[in-house]
Amino acid sequence: MNPGLEHYLVVSALLFCLGLVGVVLRRNLLVIYMSLELMLNAANLALVAASRFVGNLDGQVMVFFVVTVAAAEVAVGLALIVALYRRRQTAHVEDLTTLRL
Amino acid sequence: METAFTVLALGMLVAAAAAMSLRNLIHCALCLVGAFGGAAGLFLTLGAEFVAFAQVLVYVGAISILIVFALLLTSTRAVETAQPWVPPRGLGPTVAGLVTGLLLAAVGLSPGLPEKTAATSAVSVQELGRELLTRQAPALLAVGLLLTAALIGAVVVALREPPPTSGKEEPPA
Repeated sequence: MNPGLEHYLVVSALLFCLGLVGVVLRRNLLVIYMSLELMLNAANLALVAASRFVGNLDGQVMVFFVVTVAAAEVAVGLALIVALYRRRQTAHVEDLTTLRL
Repeated sequence: METAFTVLALGMLVAAAAAMSLRNLIHCALCLVGAFGGAAGLFLTLGAEFVAFAQVLVYVGAISILIVFALLLTSTRAVETAQPWVPPRGLGPTVAGLVTGLLLAAVGLSPGLPEKTAATSAVSVQELGRELLTRQAPALLAVGLLLTAALIGAVVVALREPPPTSGKEEPPA
């Protein structure tokens, strides 16, 4: 039996949730960042699977754009983290509470 | 086919779980590479060669190296000695569990997911390129502009600021 669309979607959902748990529960900004990348990958997996099983190209084109935007996001995000670390000497979320009311 | 899918999916999920839960940040980054590689393999089982190789080039190659460099530039100790998890106050795990349940229920309950037929063959890179350069050409140009702006912005953000010692002096005219 070949894996069907639902198998790919379940794997994608599990991957997304692992990323979500990392984003919600970890303290280190870089780990949060890595978990965010995992969530983007889960969305990509769902899009490619849907594109394959529905039989048109739009999903793959969308994944191409998602990957490009993710690359831009990584560049800016990591630059922000490095700049923040230089100024505050910390990469933990609970030390960054300047905007808290 | 089924074996490849099972092995790749399990490997990817295990690597992803390790990437978001380990204490040593270098180990996290290495497991993240494993998870990206597993995703690239899954793309190959779906017949999406171009996306799989773009995944290897962009994620496994570039993004993981960037993350390792950010680790080098930020943490004096790569191992987190303090508690790496936010203390569970209920809300975070609840939200994550709810989203998991919702997604799995949506997959399980949706009727009539399309089956793979003989017509849904693998997409060739040629078709994808034609699609990108005709119907999606404006989006492609916009993405190029976005990447340029993002890279310049990243350089500007990460530039080392000059030390504030010369605050009182007038700059030479």
